[in-house]
Amino acid sequence: MMLLESLVQLMPDINKAFFETLYMVGISLLVAIVLGLPLGVLLFVTDKGLFLENSVVKGVAGWIVNLIRSIPYIILLVALLPLTNLLTGTTIGPTAASVSLSVAAIPFFARMVETSMREIDKGVIESAIAVGATSWMIIKDVLLPEAKPGLVQGLTITTISLVGYSAMAGIVGGGGIGDLAIRFGYYRYDNTVMITTVVVLILLVQVIQLAGDSISKKVDKR
Amino acid sequence: MIEVNNLVKVYRSKKKEIVGVNNVSLNVKEGEIYGIIGYSGAGKSSLIRCLNLLEKPTSGHVKIDGVDLTTLKGDGLRKARLKIGMIFQHFHLVSSKTVYENIAFALKAAGKTKAKANKRVLELLDLVDLTDKKDQYPAQLSGGQKQRVGIARALANNPKVLLCDEATSALDPSTTKSILNLLKDINKKLGLTIVLITHEMEVVKEICHKIAVMQNGEVIEEGEVYEIFSNPKKPLTRDFINSILQFDLPEQLIEKRKGTIIKIQFKGEIAEESVVSELFQRYQVKGNILHGKIEYIQDTPLGIFIMELTGEASEVKKAIDYITSKTRSLEVVHDAA
Repeated sequence: MMLLESLVQLMPDINKAFFETLYMVGISLLVAIVLGLPLGVLLFVTDKGLFLENSVVKGVAGWIVNLIRSIPYIILLVALLPLTNLLTGTTIGPTAASVSLSVAAIPFFARMVETSMREIDKGVIESAIAVGATSWMIIKDVLLPEAKPGLVQGLTITTISLVGYSAMAGIVGGGGIGDLAIRFGYYRYDNTVMITTVVVLILLVQVIQLAGDSISKKVDKR
Repeated sequence: MIEVNNLVKVYRSKKKEIVGVNNVSLNVKEGEIYGIIGYSGAGKSSLIRCLNLLEKPTSGHVKIDGVDLTTLKGDGLRKARLKIGMIFQHFHLVSSKTVYENIAFALKAAGKTKAKANKRVLELLDLVDLTDKKDQYPAQLSGGQKQRVGIARALANNPKVLLCDEATSALDPSTTKSILNLLKDINKKLGLTIVLITHEMEVVKEICHKIAVMQNGEVIEEGEVYEIFSNPKKPLTRDFINSILQFDLPEQLIEKRKGTIIKIQFKGEIAEESVVSELFQRYQVKGNILHGKIEYIQDTPLGIFIMELTGEASEVKKAIDYITSKTRSLEVVHDAA
């Protein structure tokens, strides 16, 4: 009875935290698509043997991506506080947390994009070159559609990683489910909150994975 | 139409250099179907890929329709490629696009408007007999149908030249035949120049006018298909021809025979004349055909017979002389005397 009562009492908090998490993940996902997708395409098409081969661009872009990806998120989060303050005017709350989440998501998704494009049969790209297509046409009409199932999978993995990262943002008062877990569950030793937040996160991840898989299958024409 | 001069393609890796194409010069006339045959690793694939600069030649020149492609770059090369169609062994269609979209892609590359492209795609679908498949995805098509889409895509911008990179090697014999017939048709109807590479002599026999045999990156023999078939000079060429004109008799069979065994080759009109029946009327010999075949190469017959002649030695000799004078191609396989 105690459990149910405290749960009901917590409902508004959990509800608010849930939407904060969706908000943070949503923003950083959007940024990942807007900036990470082109970056991933750039990493792919400048690779050796491809139609925009450029070892300098590939080297520099690859190096930056690796640099950001090698920093543990929790450190990135703290290191980016000045930038966060500059961009959002604050360092707490879900909007502030979105900044470091976005920075982490861009190179992560970019590598996902690059990997999914590597799966494309080189012959198909070649046939587009032979037909006289421009580089832009090859990217838009061959690479992106052919990589679509892989891109959806990559986006799913990125989303799930972001849900995990967003929980860490709770440490600096980022809001969201992770924040709730830390404040109530960890500092106040409230197991009910702890378990509830974990259950919510599990469900969220399951739903994201299921949705990702089904969309990926739907767009796959191979 | 296509002029290749001293083309060299060297592949460099850290450890070694591999010469893919070694100083090849070719001349393909307008409207010709030109076959390049060789075993895998002979360099034929490198050669054909150099023709539209999918591979950049290490040295040498490729001129198509008067334009030296090796001097072109970027947009110039891209525009030149619009006039050079290419089809591939594994079709290389965009799997996420329908048949219609795959063909329309080529027209988009040429900057055609949607309406113009639509009209042309429908024409092409009709040409390759795939109108009913227009909204299907490549995965739903058979190999032959995929290659037809490939052909439609390659022909979209009315190219002057069609390059076929082992276009039938992944297909079964009957599908191969239908694709070859389609290519032959296109060649006749549109006057399209076709260069094809293959390892199957059957393909060459079926549609080529001229043929080049490649080995170790070099063209070792070149000429009219009929000439090559009836008078091959290099052992490799003979190998390829033997692959479809197999004329070896079992050793035991030859030894058991009492008469003189001869191999006769009839070329062109002679194949249609009644040399053999004339022979039996003129000389006191009996003939027994052990093996024989008439192949039609480019609609010209090429007959090969293995015959056993029995009778008086002098009559047999006269008969042999008679055939030799008529065909200029007689080989005594086994002499009775």
